[in-house]
Amino acid sequence: MNQIQPYVRSLADKYGRERECLLPILQEIVATEHVLSQDAMVEVARELNLSAAEVYGTASFYSFLNTEPYGKYVIRVCKSIVAEMKGKKEIVDKLCDILKIKVGETTPNGKFTLLETNDIGWSDQEPSMLINEKPYTYLTPEKIVQIIAEYQANGKSNNHQQIN
Amino acid sequence: MAPSNGLKRVDVIFGAYASTKYLILQKSIRREKQEIIQDIIDSGLRGRGGAGFPTGLKWKFAAAQPGNEKYVICNADEGEPGTFKDREILMKVPQKMISGMAICAYVIGATKAFIYLRGEYQFMVPDLQKELDNFHEQAREMNFDLTIELRMGSGAYVCGEETALIESMEGKRGEPRNKPPFPVVEGFHGKPTVVNNVETFVNANMICRIGVEEFIKLGTQDSRGSKLFSISGDTPKAGVHELELGMKLSDFVAEFGDDDTKAVQVGGAAGFCVPRKKFDTTIIGFEGMPTGGSMMLFNSSRSMYHVLHNYLEFFEEESCGQCTPCRVGCQQLLLGIEAIKKQERPASYLNQLLKLSETMKIASKCGLGQSVANSFSSIVENYVEEMIY
Repeated sequence: MNQIQPYVRSLADKYGRERECLLPILQEIVATEHVLSQDAMVEVARELNLSAAEVYGTASFYSFLNTEPYGKYVIRVCKSIVAEMKGKKEIVDKLCDILKIKVGETTPNGKFTLLETNDIGWSDQEPSMLINEKPYTYLTPEKIVQIIAEYQANGKSNNHQQIN
Repeated sequence: MAPSNGLKRVDVIFGAYASTKYLILQKSIRREKQEIIQDIIDSGLRGRGGAGFPTGLKWKFAAAQPGNEKYVICNADEGEPGTFKDREILMKVPQKMISGMAICAYVIGATKAFIYLRGEYQFMVPDLQKELDNFHEQAREMNFDLTIELRMGSGAYVCGEETALIESMEGKRGEPRNKPPFPVVEGFHGKPTVVNNVETFVNANMICRIGVEEFIKLGTQDSRGSKLFSISGDTPKAGVHELELGMKLSDFVAEFGDDDTKAVQVGGAAGFCVPRKKFDTTIIGFEGMPTGGSMMLFNSSRSMYHVLHNYLEFFEEESCGQCTPCRVGCQQLLLGIEAIKKQERPASYLNQLLKLSETMKIASKCGLGQSVANSFSSIVENYVEEMIY
């Protein structure tokens, strides 16, 4: 990728080149590119004057900094014990059914990645999930159909789940 | 056993007072620093994240450190399973938290502060940033020099541990440090740093507003003030509830249970499981069972094996892997209960696992590994049959 170099440089200009700027830079790359590619990590290492191993070692510690490509929309279903009690399995089954993928996989068109994740902070409103940064709570299989249809149609759901 | 004071609802954390003009801060920065520290000490306020360290002492230690490069960090990496109270503060009354952070910065002499927000709460960033912009404007008008920056986590539970959090803020793997030195001596960039939980800062702000005398009317001698509880599981009243500390668990269950409560997990996966027979003798507070506020209720339809299995999977995934007792211990506990369930191991193997969890308690480097034994032993010992059959 040719454009990765100026892109990483612009991020280093924005956040700085100190070690403490590493995570914000990696976080923004993942938010825009949906992956932390080897090329990007090598480039970040060069800009911040770190070894690529340091950058990879740091990135691989954090579950939200994926070094394998994810889809445009990353679905993270909460798998806490309370989520399990409130019907997480039905939610995951429905998602697998609609997207025709298993947990951990990405749809062939690169649009959705389905994951399970630890407690996302909505135990009072389970089952819950994040699609990218947006939380969805009190999920039912019917709601899943609707939410995914909206993402498939418009690219992004307009139906702002109310969070009280 | 301290007497129960029943169940008392309070409404101060989310109560009407929230000033976008930061009037409490304005008032506080005209006071003597030592006087504020003494107030926080006298209030008996203890950290609301779970560990319960006296807040006033923490501030006092940081203030006493030499040098003028110091930091204040708000730990908003709320990741304990079943906890979501900080979410409500961050969304509803962030001014109170920011004001508490600013008062802390004033008394310890810091000009830079951070909010370390968990990645799962990224959706709050626009609103929080707006409030920080407002704060900076108000601070300028007060001639008060403090910058507060937002830093994001990226999905690592262990970063809620204060030294792991600091490592993460420094751009590294979130691996906990050995303590001592404690962050009040050597924290962010090796400088004195106060790390407090979101709710703790709100409480500190509240003490500056209502005064020590009013504050200590809430709670019991060992557990001053009110506490936000994140209530979930088999309850018709899931949500955040503010209660005075020092209540009996039986009073709590009478209010929040579904008439069939079999067990309550107090303090999240890192906390303790209390079975029905002990509801009456368990006090929720620092004199009994302290908690960061996570209360998960389970009714008699639930398998405690599944509960424990879920917690162990969680720990096994979130262990940072840095120290052997925690990395290997979490794996072995999980594999161990699976093997017993499948009858590949005899029931007596549970005793070996209990010993292992005790070893983890003493030999692990940080609170994560040290606390696995809490849920493990309290579930295994109270529900042996469910583990075996």
